[in-house]
Amino acid sequence: MTDRLETAANPEGLNRVVIEPLTRVEGHGKVTLLQDDDHHIHQVRLHIAEFRGFEKFIQGRPYWELPVLVQRLCGICPVSHHLAAAKATDALVGCEALTPTAEKIRRLMHYGQVLQSHALHFFHLSSPDLLFGFDDDIAHRNIFGVIEDYPEIARQGVLLRKFGQEVIRVTAGKRIHGTGAIPGGVNKPVSGEERDYLLADVRQMIEWGQQAVELTRRIFMESPDYHREFAGFDSNMLSLVAQDGAFELYHGGLRALDENGATLFDHADCQDYDRLLHEEVRSWSYMKFPFIVKAGQRDGWYRVGPLARVNNADYFPTPLAEQEAQSFRELDAGRPVQASLAYHWARMIELLYCAEAIGILLEDDDISGTELVRRGEMQHRGVGVIEAPRGTLFHHYEINDDGLVEKANLIVSTTHNNQAMNEAIRQVANRYLDGKELNEGLLNHIEVAIRAYDPCLSCATHALGKMPLEVRLVSSGGELVDRLVKSPAGEVAHGS
Amino acid sequence: MNTRKTFRMDGRTIPFEDGQSIIDAALAAGEYIPHLCHNPEFTPHGSCRVCTVDVDGRMVSACTQPAAEGQQVVNNSDPVNHYRRRLLQMLFVEGNHVCPGCEKSGACQLQAVAYYTGMLAPHFTHFFPRREVDASHPDTVIDFNRCILCELCVRASRDVDGKNVFSISGRGIQSRLIINSNTGRLGDSDYDRADKAASVCPVGAILPKHQGYEVPIGERLYDQRPISVVGDVAQAKQGDNGDG
Repeated sequence: MTDRLETAANPEGLNRVVIEPLTRVEGHGKVTLLQDDDHHIHQVRLHIAEFRGFEKFIQGRPYWELPVLVQRLCGICPVSHHLAAAKATDALVGCEALTPTAEKIRRLMHYGQVLQSHALHFFHLSSPDLLFGFDDDIAHRNIFGVIEDYPEIARQGVLLRKFGQEVIRVTAGKRIHGTGAIPGGVNKPVSGEERDYLLADVRQMIEWGQQAVELTRRIFMESPDYHREFAGFDSNMLSLVAQDGAFELYHGGLRALDENGATLFDHADCQDYDRLLHEEVRSWSYMKFPFIVKAGQRDGWYRVGPLARVNNADYFPTPLAEQEAQSFRELDAGRPVQASLAYHWARMIELLYCAEAIGILLEDDDISGTELVRRGEMQHRGVGVIEAPRGTLFHHYEINDDGLVEKANLIVSTTHNNQAMNEAIRQVANRYLDGKELNEGLLNHIEVAIRAYDPCLSCATHALGKMPLEVRLVSSGGELVDRLVKSPAGEVAHGS
Repeated sequence: MNTRKTFRMDGRTIPFEDGQSIIDAALAAGEYIPHLCHNPEFTPHGSCRVCTVDVDGRMVSACTQPAAEGQQVVNNSDPVNHYRRRLLQMLFVEGNHVCPGCEKSGACQLQAVAYYTGMLAPHFTHFFPRREVDASHPDTVIDFNRCILCELCVRASRDVDGKNVFSISGRGIQSRLIINSNTGRLGDSDYDRADKAASVCPVGAILPKHQGYEVPIGERLYDQRPISVVGDVAQAKQGDNGDG
């Protein structure tokens, strides 16, 4: 832990270095560093500079709008929000089990989503760092450099993403912000023509998925010690797992393991998420800091996403992904892999899994079934959980007797990784930047650490109404003219 | 010899009968004039003005203007459509019409007419009025954010259902749809989902409850063909109009 770098003891007189905006991540964020005259680092923070407020403005809206409305949180993985909200509304309409057709179509949509998001992240956003080095020339260290130097890798990245988007279009109606999932089911089956269209490419996608895993494995193993150490630290891990402990992205129980792989809780019902996890608000970020209640506020922070999922799962249900996962698990002799940069490797194993799982589902006749929706007795509370590309995603809604939303709470994947990302950049700052004069290449090390987590910062900002804020009016001469302070309770007052 | 009376519209001869409005004669002849508050089943209202046409150099609403022998009507021209787009833009900014999240999207007459006339952006500053959703009725929800004050529900409830469940209150920019019940809520009124008023709303203001987005993208009322070919929401068979 590098707690001392969260808040400098004496910030006065320190030099402030700002990385803004963070590049090659989704959404808008910044990192600030406080450095003394000898270039020693005293404070490092990842700030989220925007907020959404969806939890507030969906209050009063009809529940059946939620899957379509709330997915507008994001343009990168809207399917995750679409499905998490749909699962929550399943609970609201008393649907205890989807029809086989509905569940398989939703899974197909979700796997398409995870595949395209992972392809986007690795090939477009992160591969320039990994292929060219963290301090390569900035004019070259981007997707255009990849296209120039590794045209086949770039091409595979683009076409893998396209395939995932097409799976989404077929199942949801649109590539972005579709309407496929509705409370209690889905609104369309997959036609024979659509199935054949997707099947034509699936074998190629599996092959490229294998190559992508091999590429990330090879890059990691070229300098295993460096890659372990870079932003490496121990943490708890949280994810869904299937009933038999298998890797699971769509539906299952919650499993939390500590840094040694010991169980904190297992197969927990997501409806109880708010007893298992709490969220802390800190004054300097719009993103909350969740923690596992059982492990306490200080030590209960954890990681989610590909690294946590691959670590937590007992096995992968598809053969090629399982083979790759076995190789991954050998990295630290069976102990959970803790390296931040191993996220890339784990992410490509998941991409391969999705391609395999899509192939299996496309051969399943249930996806062309006609029983699309099941409903039961209306309920007032519904919680939906799903493994989004970036990690576990919770949607929790409460509605009144008229069916209008009274309360909503979203814990978005990136939010779970808030403390971990701060920890990662503090490790990097401490190890590689401390005592040095900063340049672009060194600062990119910070961004590399953040990118490993594939944060979606726009999705993850939900501290509306609880954030203490301060607004200062300063004259051109630098004198404080006025000061407005909003307390955590929301009261606004002038201060001196 | 019995010759039918006619007028000319956009170079075509349109026959009409005495007392018929320009829009009804045009629609009967297969010529589309964009409109929102007009429905041939009800008394013309003339409130939305989207059916404005140029008749012998004067801009008039085609739903209230009787057809007359020898009229020269301009319907589909740049100046007339520019005028319609402005009217539509005012309707969009006056309410809260959030098409991306609206369950009526793809089957909404306001959206379809906006597409038809080439309205690409709201142009004016949004009012963002604060309006409520009334979900007190077990079968129907009213989202006042989307009401365009066409009064079709008012006319249907009064003239067909004989109930007077709806009315418009206030004047000018303060005009709003109100419900005839002790509490002002639909659940406490005489409204029934089988009422004519339940199926005439051209936008997403009066909708069946507990459903939405059941019709997949690509199969909604206006997904494949424009409103000039498909016709009005109310004409589509109830339950087959995209979202109920």
